[in-house]
Amino acid sequence: MVSLHKFANPARFVRMSSALLPWMVGMSAVLITVGLYLGLFVAPPDYQQGESMRIIFVHVPSAWMSMFIYSGMAIASATGLIWKHPVADLLAKASAPVGAGFTFATLASGSLWGQPMWGTWWVWDARLTSYLILFFLYIGYMALWEAFDDPQRAGKAAAILALVGAVNVPIIKFSVDWWNTLHQPASVMKMDGPAIDSSMLVPLLIMALGFTAFYGAVVIVRTQREIMARKVRTLRMAQVQA
Amino acid sequence: MNRFFSLVRRDVALAFRQGSASTMVVMFFILTVTLFPLGVGPEANILQRISSGVLWVAAMLASMLSLDRLFQADFEDGSLDLLTLGSLPLEVTVLAKCLAHWLTTGLPLIIIAPLLGVLLHLETSGYVTLLISMLLGTPTLSLIGAIGAALTVGVRRGGVLLSLLVIPLYIPILIFGVGSIDAAIGGLTERPHLFVLGAMLLGSVALCPWAAAAALKLNLE
Repeated sequence: MVSLHKFANPARFVRMSSALLPWMVGMSAVLITVGLYLGLFVAPPDYQQGESMRIIFVHVPSAWMSMFIYSGMAIASATGLIWKHPVADLLAKASAPVGAGFTFATLASGSLWGQPMWGTWWVWDARLTSYLILFFLYIGYMALWEAFDDPQRAGKAAAILALVGAVNVPIIKFSVDWWNTLHQPASVMKMDGPAIDSSMLVPLLIMALGFTAFYGAVVIVRTQREIMARKVRTLRMAQVQA
Repeated sequence: MNRFFSLVRRDVALAFRQGSASTMVVMFFILTVTLFPLGVGPEANILQRISSGVLWVAAMLASMLSLDRLFQADFEDGSLDLLTLGSLPLEVTVLAKCLAHWLTTGLPLIIIAPLLGVLLHLETSGYVTLLISMLLGTPTLSLIGAIGAALTVGVRRGGVLLSLLVIPLYIPILIFGVGSIDAAIGGLTERPHLFVLGAMLLGSVALCPWAAAAALKLNLE
């Protein structure tokens, strides 16, 4: 608990995260460049899907990130609610647009891949549908933050919503899977095609790490900006009351 | 227990005396269902195919539109503050209000749903399951909706925000509600769907009041 409270000091958070930021930026730039190079030029084209398979090097890491960020938001929200951790709420708030962006990237890249592969931009496949719902959950979370004037209350309300959503995500995933097997048997796609080769797995993992570093960098910048905005707000309020 | 039921009685009485609250929900349900034959065409086989889904979607929207009644009026006239100060834990208060909300919106929807099923040419084998699935599903709609209603109780333009928050959470109920009816019509067993609906109801009875009470406390600060 001691360590947790050490990070609760916003000024200390700004100091430490500023030291971390250049590393995050550098890592994400290097890893994404290397990952893209390996994925787009080195990895062999798939024997069934050809070159269009290469979109998975963006698609799959984005999908991982959108789940990872939502879990992170839920954990940060719980921390904020339970220990009244002031930075945790801001971290969750800063994460939401990044997560929504990754979810959108997942949906968009999947749709671009689906057009040549399945012959259609969109199918009501279980994965697509549950990611679409996840996207709506992100949007709802962001909208709730915007709805309150008082950032303290907005933070708490959004934290409750994030936790409710986190409980629901597995239920939604399960029900969509169930629904999908009822409505359309898996004729459109075989997801467990050939076992993945290391020439594809390595760039995939590098891209995932690069995306994580990118997320870290963006969240640091956004959280710091939010802390500064809070400071400005407090100073203005003090000025008005003086 | 006494206080719990007196709160339920109060809310139900209020809903009836404020007039037409339940009638409006039922009217909305009927009108929405009426739009579908006009929209997709009157062919009996198409309507029969989509009837279970139309009934459930319309019932869901009707239940959702009445969610603002759950806390909004009590919040505005201050009686919600009194209820919070009372000896009943806020979680139990929320549960009582959800029960009252279901009695005044969910139950009328269930009563009218078979009639609308006839209009949509729902197959005879689906009616019993329609009733059971709605009996199990609509209370869950009220309970999950209570979280959304509690979160947006003090918010300007809360209505649209409420639907944005609540609809994604409603999706599992829709899936299993429609799934059970389709299974019954298709000659499959509808029991697993109904069991899942029942499980979701029990889970939300246990969990939703906590979340909604936490959200209410925050908005009453």
